[in-house]
Amino acid sequence: MFLTFPIMVIKVNTIENIVVWRWKNLFIVGIGVFLLSFVWRYLIKRKEVGKKKAEAGELVKPPITQRVLKEPKFYIPALIAVAVFAIAFPFVFSMYQTNIMVTALIYVVISLGLNIVVGLAGLLDLGYVAFYAVGAYTYALLNYHFGLGFWTVLPIGAAMGFLFGVLLGFPVLRLRGDYLAIVTLGFGEIIRLILENWNEFSFGPSGIANIPRPGLFGIQMSLHSSIIYLYFLMIGLTLFTIFVVNRLQDSRIGRAWIALREDEIACQAMGIDKTKTKLTAFALGATWAGMGGVVFAAKTTFINPASFTIWESIIILCVVVIGGMGSIIGVIIGALILILLPEYLRAFSEYRMLIFGAVLVVMMVFRPGGIISDVRRIYRFEERETTA
Amino acid sequence: MEYFLELFLSGLIRGSIYALIALGYTMVYGIIELINFAHGEIYMIGAFTALIVASVLTMLGWNQIAIILLASVVAVIYSSAYGYTVEKIAYQPLRGAPRLSALISAIGMSLFLQNYVLLAQTSDFMPFPSLIPEFKFMESYEHIISSPEIVILATTTLVMIFLAFLIKFTRMGKAMRATAQDREMAMLVGVDVDRIISFTFIIGSATAALGGVLIASHIGQINFYIGFLAGIKAFVAAVLGGIGSIPGAVVGSLVLGWTESFFTGYVSSDYEDVFAFLFLVFILIFRPSGIMGRAETEKV
Amino acid sequence: MCGGSTGLKNAKQQHNAMEPILEVKTLTMDFGGLRALDSLDLAVYQNEIVALIGPNGAGKTTFFNCITGLFPPTKGEMLIAPPGKKPTKLNGLKPNIVTANGLARTFQNIRLFPNMTVLENVMIGRHCRLSSGILGAAFRNRATVLEEEKVVEESYAMLKKIGLDAFVNDFAKNLPYGAQRRLEIARAMATDPFLLLLDEPAAGMNLQETRELDELIVRIRDEEGISILLIEHDMKLVMSLSDRIFVVDYGKKIAQGTPAEIQNNPAVIKAYLGEEIDA
Ligand SMILES: Nc1ncnc2c1ncn2[C@@H]1O[C@H](COP(=O)(O)OP(=O)(O)O)[C@@H](O)[C@H]1O
Ligand SMILES: [Mg+2]
Repeated sequence: MFLTFPIMVIKVNTIENIVVWRWKNLFIVGIGVFLLSFVWRYLIKRKEVGKKKAEAGELVKPPITQRVLKEPKFYIPALIAVAVFAIAFPFVFSMYQTNIMVTALIYVVISLGLNIVVGLAGLLDLGYVAFYAVGAYTYALLNYHFGLGFWTVLPIGAAMGFLFGVLLGFPVLRLRGDYLAIVTLGFGEIIRLILENWNEFSFGPSGIANIPRPGLFGIQMSLHSSIIYLYFLMIGLTLFTIFVVNRLQDSRIGRAWIALREDEIACQAMGIDKTKTKLTAFALGATWAGMGGVVFAAKTTFINPASFTIWESIIILCVVVIGGMGSIIGVIIGALILILLPEYLRAFSEYRMLIFGAVLVVMMVFRPGGIISDVRRIYRFEERETTA
Repeated sequence: MEYFLELFLSGLIRGSIYALIALGYTMVYGIIELINFAHGEIYMIGAFTALIVASVLTMLGWNQIAIILLASVVAVIYSSAYGYTVEKIAYQPLRGAPRLSALISAIGMSLFLQNYVLLAQTSDFMPFPSLIPEFKFMESYEHIISSPEIVILATTTLVMIFLAFLIKFTRMGKAMRATAQDREMAMLVGVDVDRIISFTFIIGSATAALGGVLIASHIGQINFYIGFLAGIKAFVAAVLGGIGSIPGAVVGSLVLGWTESFFTGYVSSDYEDVFAFLFLVFILIFRPSGIMGRAETEKV
Repeated sequence: MCGGSTGLKNAKQQHNAMEPILEVKTLTMDFGGLRALDSLDLAVYQNEIVALIGPNGAGKTTFFNCITGLFPPTKGEMLIAPPGKKPTKLNGLKPNIVTANGLARTFQNIRLFPNMTVLENVMIGRHCRLSSGILGAAFRNRATVLEEEKVVEESYAMLKKIGLDAFVNDFAKNLPYGAQRRLEIARAMATDPFLLLLDEPAAGMNLQETRELDELIVRIRDEEGISILLIEHDMKLVMSLSDRIFVVDYGKKIAQGTPAEIQNNPAVIKAYLGEEIDA
């Protein structure tokens, strides 16, 4: 670390502008970096000590998060608290806050979808946002041309997501690791660029406006109540997603996904059809993105290709990895943190992306497995043994 | 025919610049199997450093040749230092961690550097002086290829030759190849792997910085965001050629440069990037390990 | 086929048919310029324990990789005839189809699913014998629930059989080395094979563990009726277990026969000369 220290001080030289010399900045950053480098070195040392302990076979306490998750004493009250909070939220906080929360919940849903692809099946998908765009444009266009409502389009959006997942997944899924990443990235960009350039179809960069919010049996709602409605709709969709993903995780298919992530060759040798398993994961993830896209279009009432850049894919990927790949609760926490944090960092508006980037790095360096790393289901056999 | 030649040359130049960036991707990938997302940012920082040095020196009234040389040298040194630091901070602590974690760390680094430059400088495009002088002897060919373009081609070629030499014949190059093939084995026979990795980042950053200086003075403006798109394109080029393979990066970059140039020239400029990506997808479907990549069967 | 006759005579089990359950003819595999397998012939009959031995790099693992569909062989024919079923050609089949047809294997370098529990590792082995799909998983219809209960039961029973029931809920990566090797066997057995391919199952085991492995393999053959083809360097184990032995060197078969015949075969002694017969 000492080696990098001088460089980090010199770094600040770039801070001079064409004519303006800003020596003050140099000074501040110099001191800041100096202090930070000490903290950094200390933390790295601590991490290494921890690792050695683990290697020496000393008992490392399971991290607090996992102990809490396993102990019903803890999680049942916690669940109740979360439920109460979730129900009270829109009535306690402002409309603005509720709106942000809706966004965060959309991210929870699509991140759980991506979690199937990346977290469970281990397929690095950098173009996930394409399916999100597919969902959003499905709603916008079907509504524009045929006047179809939100509830009709929601399943259609999901189906379109699935369809595109299969179509795009089929040719590329035999590529390995990073090739897959770059090709999915390519597909993501292709879809965005097509939306941007094909004016007759998608109205180009100017996008589509006046997309209706979801209705409830045709009742006219004020803006406020329709946002609350949307909020509860999202809570419902989130619960549905958690329900399904949780079940999938511990099913025959879910196990196959994880096995595929762990060791592709062993997985095939155990009789699992690699292509089919990958394709189901990919398409299922896309389905959720499609649904999320429909809700997104309904929420913002306006969409254009700028909402579907590769950064969007990357942020969703960050949610999955930071939350802890393959862990539902981890991904939910990850989504809430990553989406809400920048919102509330608005106070530091210009610095927020800088901080966000730094947080990503620090997070990965000190907790590469994410907030909550993989927890697998425990099966109990004691009772059966006594009867047998 | 004239038109064809023009497109051919513009593709060649594009390709050479992609190649300068793609080399860094491919070398880093070859050694630690990481898509170094921050690589495009290094290139951008190179361009910015050169811009700053050049402006200051212009104010001081230096002559043009001295400015361009000094600006390039400082940019290269600077970017190398950044590349080195980025690796130490964001990647080295993650050796042995899941690969996705390192990738996210790289993405974080990229975001950080982008915004760091955004805050420290400006979000607007900044005009970049055309540092490269017009040569007298070039005047009669000016309608086909300009002096800056010649300089770009020459620099790229020189860098390639230098790199090829470095990797084939020097001790460092041999150690690099050994590490790329089998890191553990290299470690066992006494290669200081950490040093090799740092070295790789430094070389990669240096070439990227050169690319940054060249393209910025060719195009004439830069902003904090140029690294991202160039980075992605260069990465596509590296994958196209077969990631991990150095000649592959060059071939992939040229192929991508030409593809884009001809497509824009003959078909449509709206769908240029669409076509570039489609092309990549097609190549990978029929040659899953890229144009020059070896098709490896994993040992079981 | 010159293969089976000696083995047949001294094999104490009854052979229902004279057809081999696995028959490989002139199998050849090239890696670039390297010929890892050179016109290899081999046959395994029902209820046999057959060993495939040879110096390191002789091509034994490659042989497994070819018949299990991981590598397409350059040349040669591979046939299986599961007892009571009609013969099938293995050439061109994907690995998962080969497994579904009743060939299961373990790996020389242990390839478990490290972040899954021991039980789940075995449940993955059952995968190809199950049928529930995505909708079943999401809505948990009756058939899925029953199937899921059954697979848990069966997998647990398998762990008990192999003696790993103490570890059910541990992550595979946390098991001791010997137990990991046994878990690989359990996982392979869970696919319901008629022939089990073991790649150096005793590698890295101590004496005690090797003895237990010896018993386990015999038990698998006697109680489950699964035939076994194993690659092994531990000569003591090979000689005590096998009904017949094939010896390969540089991808070529240099000898075959009973343990007694192999021990006195000059070609075999020559191949191993200079290289220790290591444990
Ligand atoms: N995937 C592969 N690519 C290239 N060469 C291979 C591959 N797998 C095995 N080989 C080569 O084939 C030969 C036989 O290897 P192997 O079958 O593993 O021997 P063993 O008898 O020790 O199991 C060796 O020379 C090995 O290097
Ligand atoms: Mg072997």
